[in-house]
Amino acid sequence: MRKISMFVVLYVVWCLLVFPYDRTTGQWDTQSLLVGLVAALVVVVLFGNALPDRSCFLLAPRRWFWALVYIPFFAYYCLKANLEVAYLVLHPDMPIRPGIVKVRTSLRTRVAITALANSITLTPGTLTVDADEDGTLYVHWIDVKFAEDDEATREIVSRFEGHLRRIFE
Amino acid sequence: MNEYIGVAIVIVGLAFDVFGCVGLVRLPDIYTRLQAATKCVTLGTCMILIGIAILTGLNATGVKALVCMAFVLITSPTAAHAIARGAYKFGVKLEEPTVVDRYAETQTDEGRS
Repeated sequence: MRKISMFVVLYVVWCLLVFPYDRTTGQWDTQSLLVGLVAALVVVVLFGNALPDRSCFLLAPRRWFWALVYIPFFAYYCLKANLEVAYLVLHPDMPIRPGIVKVRTSLRTRVAITALANSITLTPGTLTVDADEDGTLYVHWIDVKFAEDDEATREIVSRFEGHLRRIFE
Repeated sequence: MNEYIGVAIVIVGLAFDVFGCVGLVRLPDIYTRLQAATKCVTLGTCMILIGIAILTGLNATGVKALVCMAFVLITSPTAAHAIARGAYKFGVKLEEPTVVDRYAETQTDEGRS
């Protein structure tokens, strides 16, 4: 099951990259399609066990829906993060208070924690330095507002947690 | 019309890239520099790729740009995490204005691995 979903995803990525459909003539490029099949098969056979424990979530449409909902939500915070960093960088005095804080997440699967860490890195003033298996994240914060664990958790983690749980768990 | 929108988005993306570079020069230590480098450069690059996708339309080039965007969004924070963690394990200190370091307490008991 896991290998089948991996195969499908790999093949879709291949098709997007190669784009075997010519719009002007309306013809499909069978050569690329076939090579893609072989390439995806080889990768699945060689690296099928290297992927995370539960890649079968890739086939559930409900999760894809929540992933689509997540995109604009995430884009908003990403944009906000960039304006904030741009402001800090261009400000003559650079009003920064950097530090590393510790936050906890209730997400359990490794994929979800990875996604959360990546989201944190791309959003306001925070960068994930390290993550533990038990859901503890060490986050570098360019403008520390709360040094305590709980408050920092509320400020940094909670806005993504619910969304990511619906997508990955 | 699409041309104007595409070019405008590319220009905004370039502006964010420039902010990222300014941050790289101005900020005090590696961790804050990584912040500027990952955030601004990721969004800047993504906006340039979106602009290209709008300019070319939904053909081979445009779709490639969008796929590249997904890959940049996945890899760039991962690389930042690897660099930050590596720097910390290597012993690079947090510079002067730093107010708190909760990561330090994990380093003593497990040692520098």
